[in-house]
Amino acid sequence: MKNKILPFSVIVIFGIIFFIFYKGLEDSKIYTPDVNIKKEIPVFNSKEFFSGENVKSLSIFELDKFYLLNIWSSWCVPCRQEHPFLMNLNLDNEVNIIGMNYKDNLKNAENFLKELGNPYKEIFIDLDGTIAIEWGAYGVPESFLIYNNEIIKKYIGPLNQELVNEINLLIK
Amino acid sequence: MKILSFFLIVILFYTSSVLKADELDKRNNITKNLRCLVCQGQSIYDSDSEFANSLKILVDRKIDEGLTDAEIYEYFKNKYGEWILYDPKLNKNTYILWFMPLLIFLLGGAIIFKKLKKKHN
Repeated sequence: MKNKILPFSVIVIFGIIFFIFYKGLEDSKIYTPDVNIKKEIPVFNSKEFFSGENVKSLSIFELDKFYLLNIWSSWCVPCRQEHPFLMNLNLDNEVNIIGMNYKDNLKNAENFLKELGNPYKEIFIDLDGTIAIEWGAYGVPESFLIYNNEIIKKYIGPLNQELVNEINLLIK
Repeated sequence: MKILSFFLIVILFYTSSVLKADELDKRNNITKNLRCLVCQGQSIYDSDSEFANSLKILVDRKIDEGLTDAEIYEYFKNKYGEWILYDPKLNKNTYILWFMPLLIFLLGGAIIFKKLKKKHN
């Protein structure tokens, strides 16, 4: 009996280890930060896209209004895909779309807007990508739905019709 | 007087370069302990992605502001979650990670102890 305890416990422990590793195989190996955490929006200073004047975040986001902050760039291919959806979202005028131009050449960015339209109420520049980090973003495009200076929902990657419908539901 | 000012300049230059080297060490240490979210598996120090380069600038800025290492890690943890740290703290999601080696070590020790005891007898 005593002799059987050791092999039995070894089998059990290896069984547990096998189970943990097997379960681990099913998990996604690509980490994405939580998109549903409610957070206060960061305070930052930047420059306005067209005029080059200094802007403060506090002057952009007002209370009791919905805002969609969209991080975009002219060199980003998925941004081209989502742009028509932003233009449609802008038609209803229920949400103010704010643009953050990420690590871009201003001339190219202007041409991008001329070609595809400008859905943004205001655009500010993030030349070195540090403001995007303040927001907890790590790429382009990313969008943040904001109400009362709080991030309600974060969208990593390009917006599509399904997500636009979701935004429309959230802001009603 | 000329000699005195010469020495003063040398000392100033020397201390400022030592300070810069300390800051660089600190920056390298921190960026080696942060994971890149774009090139997952690489540290911020190793990665050359747009995200990693911006993060390096921000780490420099935080060091200049006088934040300690722990405060800088906490700042990035707040932005991206525990995952961004290479040195995860003990919590309900990581306790297997922390205790499994100890468990395996104890089990191995017990087997060896048993075998030796048997041999001795």
